[in-house]
Amino acid sequence: MSIKIAGVGKRFADFVALESIDLDIATGELTALLGPSGGGKSTLLRIIAGLEVADSGSVEIEGVNATGLPAQKRNVGFVFQHYAAFRHLTVAGNVGFGLKVRKRPRKEIAARVQELLELVHLSQFADRLPAQLSGGQRQRMALARALAIEPSVLLLDEPFGALDANVRKELRAWLRRLHDEVHVTTVFVTHDQEEALDVADRIVVINQGRIEQVGPPDELYDHPTSEFVMSFLGPVTMLNGHLVRPHDLEIETHPFDNAHRGRIERFNRVGFEVRLHVRLTEDETAPPALVTLTRAEATAKALDTGVPVWIRPVAGASQVRITAPAPTSAESLDLSPADSVPQPTFT
Amino acid sequence: MHDTAAHRVTRWALRLIVIGYLLFLVIWPVALVAAKTFSNGLAPVIDALRQPEVIFAFQLTLSAAFWAVVINTIFGVGISLLLVRYTFPGRRALNAMVDLPLSVSPVVVGLALVLVYSGRTGWLGQSLEQAGLQVIYAPPGIIMATAFVSLPLVIRELVPVLHEIGTEQEQAARSLGASGLQTFVRITLPAIKWGLIYGVVLSLARSLGEFGAVKIVSGGVAMRTQTATLLVEERYQQFGVVNSITAYTAAFILALIAVIALIIITSLRPRRETSQ
Repeated sequence: MSIKIAGVGKRFADFVALESIDLDIATGELTALLGPSGGGKSTLLRIIAGLEVADSGSVEIEGVNATGLPAQKRNVGFVFQHYAAFRHLTVAGNVGFGLKVRKRPRKEIAARVQELLELVHLSQFADRLPAQLSGGQRQRMALARALAIEPSVLLLDEPFGALDANVRKELRAWLRRLHDEVHVTTVFVTHDQEEALDVADRIVVINQGRIEQVGPPDELYDHPTSEFVMSFLGPVTMLNGHLVRPHDLEIETHPFDNAHRGRIERFNRVGFEVRLHVRLTEDETAPPALVTLTRAEATAKALDTGVPVWIRPVAGASQVRITAPAPTSAESLDLSPADSVPQPTFT
Repeated sequence: MHDTAAHRVTRWALRLIVIGYLLFLVIWPVALVAAKTFSNGLAPVIDALRQPEVIFAFQLTLSAAFWAVVINTIFGVGISLLLVRYTFPGRRALNAMVDLPLSVSPVVVGLALVLVYSGRTGWLGQSLEQAGLQVIYAPPGIIMATAFVSLPLVIRELVPVLHEIGTEQEQAARSLGASGLQTFVRITLPAIKWGLIYGVVLSLARSLGEFGAVKIVSGGVAMRTQTATLLVEERYQQFGVVNSITAYTAAFILALIAVIALIIITSLRPRRETSQ
C-alpha cells in the first residue's frame, strides 16, 4: 500500500468535513476522489499532502507514518486547481523549484527540467513566464513541477476544474497516458463523474465527510450500493420505487412482460439522443419516468408526444431501491443530487 | 444631445476649478518657496548649505528616516503577514490600531512617547536612562516618533497585495520541499516586492517631512537634536535675510526630495501593474 489512511477526521468549527475515513491506496494506482462540492474530498487530499492537519487518525505514505510530518518533508507532489504558478519565475524556474530548494547541482537541475518539459510538451516555453501561458499549459507546468521532486505520491486537487471543456478532455486523456508512462501513485479530486469514470483505475465516492463506495469505475456504475452513488455517477430516473438509468429502460408501443403502461408526455431530441418523459398510468401523480434512446430507435418505433407506451428496465439493469422521500419532478431527477454537477454527455 | 454648448461649458468649468484649486493650494505656494530660495541668487543658498547646523540637521533627518524606514519595513512585513495570513483574537483591533498613526495628530504621538520614555518622568524612560539609554531629547526618540507616524504606509501597501496573491503559491512551495524561510525569500518576497518598494518610498518621504511628533520628543536643540524640518521652523522665525534664506533652502531641499520620491513612485506604478 502506498497510502494508508486510518480513522482520519476533520472539522472546521461546527462543520464536520471528514468523519473517520479509512482508505488504502495501492502503489502505482490512479485513484479518483469523487463527490459533490463541500463533501470533504479536497480536505482529505490536503490532509494526505500535509497542507491540512487532521483532528484524528493517521496517514501513512510508503510505509512511513506521515501524520505529524509537515508538507515539506512528505515528498508529495501537489497540483492545485488554480495552478499556483510562481508568477515571478519562468516555466523552467517553476519546474526546477523543488530541486533548487534541495540544493541540487545546477547541471542536474537543468537536465531534469529539460526532461520534464519534454514530458509535458512545454520545451519551447521554458523561458516564458506563467502569465504568458494558457490555462492548460500552466497546469501541465504545475504537473511537471510536482513530478520534478520524484514524489512518492502525486496529488491533484480538481486539476482540470478551471479549464474549458475541450482542454479538460484533452488533458484528461493526457494525464491517463502520462500515468501509464510514469506510474507514480496518483490521487485526484474531482466533482465530475465523467472525468472519474474516464481516467481512474479506482473511484472513491465521498459525500458529507464519509466514503460512500470504493471500486473500479465499471463496478460503481453497474453496481452502486446506494441511491447517492447511483445518482451521482450518472443520470437516473424513478420506476416502481427504484432508481434506474434512463438508458436502461426498454420502451415499446405494445404491452410486454412486466412492463409499466404510460403515455409520452414530452419528446425532446438532443443531438443523436431522444429524451422522453413518460407519465405512468398506475400513478398519475408521480413524476414522469425519463427514458433515453437513440434517435434511430425512436424513429423505428414511431414514438412521439401523446403515444401510449409500455416501459421496463432491461435485463441486468442497475437498480437501487429508493428509501428517501421521492424527488418532486422529472427535472430534479434529471440532475445529480449536488447542484452544478455536470452531467455525462455521452459524446 | 446636450453634448454641444452646455456640456462643453461644464467640462471647462470643472477643469478650471480643479486647476485653480491645485494652483492656489499647492503649485503656487511651493513655487514661491523655490522663488524665495533663489531670490538673492545661488551664492546665499550655497552659504546656507555650508552651515554646520544645516549639514547636521540633514544628516540627522536622513539617519532618523533611514532607521525608521528599516524598522517599518521589518515590522510592516511582519504585521501585514500576521493580519492577512492568521486569524487570532484581537486581529480586527490590531487592524484598526495600525491606522491610528494616520488619524491621530503627530503632536499627540510625541506627547504619548514622552509620557512613556521621558528620562525624568516616563514609565519606562527612567529605567532606560539608568541603563544608559536616553530616548527623549535624543536620536532614539526621533526615530521612534518617525517610525510611529509612518508605520501604516508599508502595511497599507502590503495588505492588499498579500490578499491578492493568496496562499497557494506558498503552499505549493512548501509541498515542493521549501522551508519556511526559503518560501518567504523565494516566493513571498518576490511576489510582494513592488508593493513593498512603493510602501518604503512613501514612508521614506513621510519620515523626512515629519515635524510635530519629532518637535515634541527631540527638543530641537541645534547640532544635537534638530532635524531639517525643525531647522526650517527655527530659522524662519528668526530675523535677517541669512536666516530666512537658510529656512527656504532647507524647505526647498525637503520639497525636492519629496518630488523625487513622487517621481520614483509614479515610474514604479506601471511596472507594478504589469508585474502582476
